[in-house]
Amino acid sequence: MNIATSGKELIEICAAEQISLSEYAIRYEMETKGISREEILERMKQTLEVMREGATLGREKEVHSLSGLIGGDAYRLQKYHDKGTSLMGNGIVKAMAMAISSSEVNASMGRIVACPTAGSCGILPAVILTTGEILNKTDDELVLGLLASSAIGIIIGMNATFAGAEGGCQAECGSASAMAAGAVVELMGGTPEMSLHAAAIIFKNILGLVCDPVAGLVEIPCAKRNVSGAVNALCTADLVMAGVTSKIPFDEALAAMYKVGVNLPVELRETALGGVAATPTGKAMQEKVFGKTNN
Amino acid sequence: MATIGVFDVLGPIMIGPSSSHTAGAARLGKIARTIVNKPIKEVTFLLHGSFRETYKGHGTDRALVAGILGMAPNDARLRTSLAIAEEEGIIVHFVPADLGQVHPNTVKLVIRDIEDVEWEVLGSSIGGGLVEINEINGNKVQITGEYPTIITCHDDIPGTVAKISSLFYENGINIAFMNLVRSQKGKGATMTFEIDSPASAEIIDKIKTFEGINRVIVINSLGGNE
Repeated sequence: MNIATSGKELIEICAAEQISLSEYAIRYEMETKGISREEILERMKQTLEVMREGATLGREKEVHSLSGLIGGDAYRLQKYHDKGTSLMGNGIVKAMAMAISSSEVNASMGRIVACPTAGSCGILPAVILTTGEILNKTDDELVLGLLASSAIGIIIGMNATFAGAEGGCQAECGSASAMAAGAVVELMGGTPEMSLHAAAIIFKNILGLVCDPVAGLVEIPCAKRNVSGAVNALCTADLVMAGVTSKIPFDEALAAMYKVGVNLPVELRETALGGVAATPTGKAMQEKVFGKTNN
Repeated sequence: MATIGVFDVLGPIMIGPSSSHTAGAARLGKIARTIVNKPIKEVTFLLHGSFRETYKGHGTDRALVAGILGMAPNDARLRTSLAIAEEEGIIVHFVPADLGQVHPNTVKLVIRDIEDVEWEVLGSSIGGGLVEINEINGNKVQITGEYPTIITCHDDIPGTVAKISSLFYENGINIAFMNLVRSQKGKGATMTFEIDSPASAEIIDKIKTFEGINRVIVINSLGGNE
């Protein structure tokens, strides 16, 4: 099988081989890493399990970050979910709770999957698990969803970056969201081309999002950006399943994201010198956690 | 750079909050422990740059100590490593430092082993949980911990590279990466071999018999996720 270096090639290869994105990811990993299909599926199952733990823990009990800056929001959201009075319906609220749970678990030194990064670790689990519950998918099917997301992620990694320090939050939460939306489209029966429409729409909608962590910690605004990234992914999957396409192709949207990212001033790329980190409240929080510094 | 894989995108599985400040720090500690390869009595961590400024909020201190205790970055006990070290009687110190022109996430570990031998290991966490060891006891090296690694400290005399590489060849060991530096012509040199399969104790003993070899350090593979 040929290896795709762009979204366009990815669609072409999947069409020529008559395979899904997840099947492409399996064959890609077998060929480039020399490991068996069974091993890949087994390892991804473990990955799904760790994701599920992270997306659950913060909803069952209040989880607080090491710094004390965030915590308890996943628990609040789960209680709200259980009341059943939300505006948007329980699917979305549960996804929000799951996303923030993983972020809280991460900030409390719990175990998570960096997908693609620790800062964006809430999005993919929330989206995949919520989709699984709504569509009654088995774990084996969700594993395929994760593999579909990785097929998109590999193209992002080859052509752009996942690092907030390089491309801002759009590179972290944006990539996670794009991967997640593409995976949901496959789980809903969409084509690889449709998955990439979803990923392209995500990048267009998140273009310019800066990385501005308060006190340099993966907490504020990161946890809530995971919520918005998860919601964005679920909504975009619906958009695409309705037949809406991205007028800008995936590869161009991705290139735009990368270009915008590297052109962001350094203050807005994970240095905690700009954005909400540089607000009076953000700075006061930094002082509270680390004491006064000369920076 | 190896091809990006499925589990690079969806991974590593790690203890949060930060792949560079937590997972990478644990890996650095673990590699240092492997380099020393003896029970450890005391460690002073000299923290530079972003490690110095944010180590408490990122749990970098706990992660470094977890590594020293032999834990992988995905070990749930990482969070309580400081208490575990205390139980085991290992003394740790954290000292803010300026280590000069190095990566922003750099630490120098000054380690005293059970025999009171002092070791210095300098390493950086370069992103996504990946690390590099750049100095061992003042000798420049370049180690990622992803492959079994052999480091030789030797006199700068002709033929040393040839002898070791032939030995690897004879034993069917493939060299993935190799790095040779010397302080001055004819003086001390350090060579780092990252190899695809581990070298046996016999091979290491044989290397030690070569003329001019002063010291051989062996680092077993930690694997991509450890």
